[in-house]
Amino acid sequence: MRVFNVLSRAVVSSIQTIQSYTLLSVRAVANIFSRPVYWREIVLQMDRIGVGSLTIVALTGFFTGAVMAIQSEGALRRYGAVGMTGQLVALTVIRELGPVLSALMLAGRIGAGIASELGSMVVSEQINAMRALGTDPIRRLVTPRILAMVLMLPVLTIVCDAIGMVGGWIIAVYKLLISSNQYWSDALNALQFSDLVGTLVKPVVFGFIIAMTGCYVGLSTTGGTEGVGRSTTRAVVSASIMVIVADFFLNNLLIYFAPLMNR
Amino acid sequence: MIEFRAVDKSFNDETVLRQVSFRIRPGETKIIVGASGSGKSTILKLILGLIRPESGQILIEGRDITALGEEEMVSVRRQIGMVFQEGALFDSLSVRENVGYRFFEEGTMEEAEIEQEVLRLLGFVGLAEAIDKMPAELSGGMKRRVGIARALAGSPRVVLYDEPTAGLDPITKRTIVELMIKLRDLEGVTSVFVTHDLQAATTIASEFATVDGEGRVRFSREKAPRRLLNINFILLENGRICFEGNHQQLMDCEIPYVRRFVD
Repeated sequence: MRVFNVLSRAVVSSIQTIQSYTLLSVRAVANIFSRPVYWREIVLQMDRIGVGSLTIVALTGFFTGAVMAIQSEGALRRYGAVGMTGQLVALTVIRELGPVLSALMLAGRIGAGIASELGSMVVSEQINAMRALGTDPIRRLVTPRILAMVLMLPVLTIVCDAIGMVGGWIIAVYKLLISSNQYWSDALNALQFSDLVGTLVKPVVFGFIIAMTGCYVGLSTTGGTEGVGRSTTRAVVSASIMVIVADFFLNNLLIYFAPLMNR
Repeated sequence: MIEFRAVDKSFNDETVLRQVSFRIRPGETKIIVGASGSGKSTILKLILGLIRPESGQILIEGRDITALGEEEMVSVRRQIGMVFQEGALFDSLSVRENVGYRFFEEGTMEEAEIEQEVLRLLGFVGLAEAIDKMPAELSGGMKRRVGIARALAGSPRVVLYDEPTAGLDPITKRTIVELMIKLRDLEGVTSVFVTHDLQAATTIASEFATVDGEGRVRFSREKAPRRLLNINFILLENGRICFEGNHQQLMDCEIPYVRRFVD
């Protein structure tokens, strides 16, 4: 009986979480289409997310591309196909690693930042103060963060992909002694339209997940400053897992629609 | 003006307020005292519609606010200013932006007009020189005073104070109490003052402010009980009202819990 009670409580709590997460998402998205829109806040968040994350995304991209090139050497040399390094780097970085690693880096940097910022605002009663002064905190705080993240993560992913290709190119040319021309033509020929769609669609979904999870977890913070710490960890872990799960489903969708897109 | 009718409120199966009923007339100062966790701050949040009761009615100007949505509450909240426990100033905004927050949000005033009004409000709390500072640069007492200035933006008819003197040194505490007396006696603001600081409550109940011939504000101690008519106390014990009456009645009350609290 006791086990049943614990289980039923857990199920009810999960359903409530999904319900309030969905409700918050719907309200945040609906706010985009009605006034007032906090343009200043959106631009500020775009600067924080975009410009602020450029260095870590660039470094992640560069070393991922370089590592892919180094790692591929052993496998490709066995088949005498070292010349195909460009293709391998392009496909892995642009299809998968660029979008996912950029998203995971931003889940750590931005997701944690959003959760701790909003969590601190909750525990110091700033959210209540905002409501008392007639402002909808979802419109002012959640919508701009989601919009900024959804707009900036695709841009950062493109930067990550491009620098990843450059990282692979440096290894290919200086370590594997492949000609620059061969690397780039091989890489570009390997890519299909569906790969480019994927590298742009995935970050939009990931960006939404990261910002939404950060906002949801931040706004549900309880338990003072200790609670803010817990929320920050929860936001990063939840967003990272959700990104990886979403990536699985998006890959399936993209593979399903790829023949249509590449026609 | 404000009326509670048999209000019940609980959090996580724990009842915080039980069958709470009282009325606050225009111009009245209601001082709600009680031990920590007795439900004092919950009453303020209910008046502002930040939380909703499980049962009962809350009437503001004869209108039941318990069924109102967030959008409809905006017009109700416009009549009410709230001073939060620690000030609850927005960390990312300057003192100017904090105090003028309501005006910036409404967007009906010119920048110059807002600046003038912000300076007037900061002048009232004696902090005009802090206009360009950030909340992090202010002391605890200064934050509360800026919080009072922010609550007064838009000339609300009711001001709610949530433990504004908690954790302050005696001199700063006196400054805050004098501000509250000034607001009550010179501006005719209806106030609800939540505290467990009986000394501050006694000062508010026994002193009054006047302006002398040179325009200076003078504070005097009331000897006749006439003025006490407009200042009433509520004492909460575990979410129930265990006493309601004026200062003299509170001091003379023989209810054991009241005696323990007062003595």
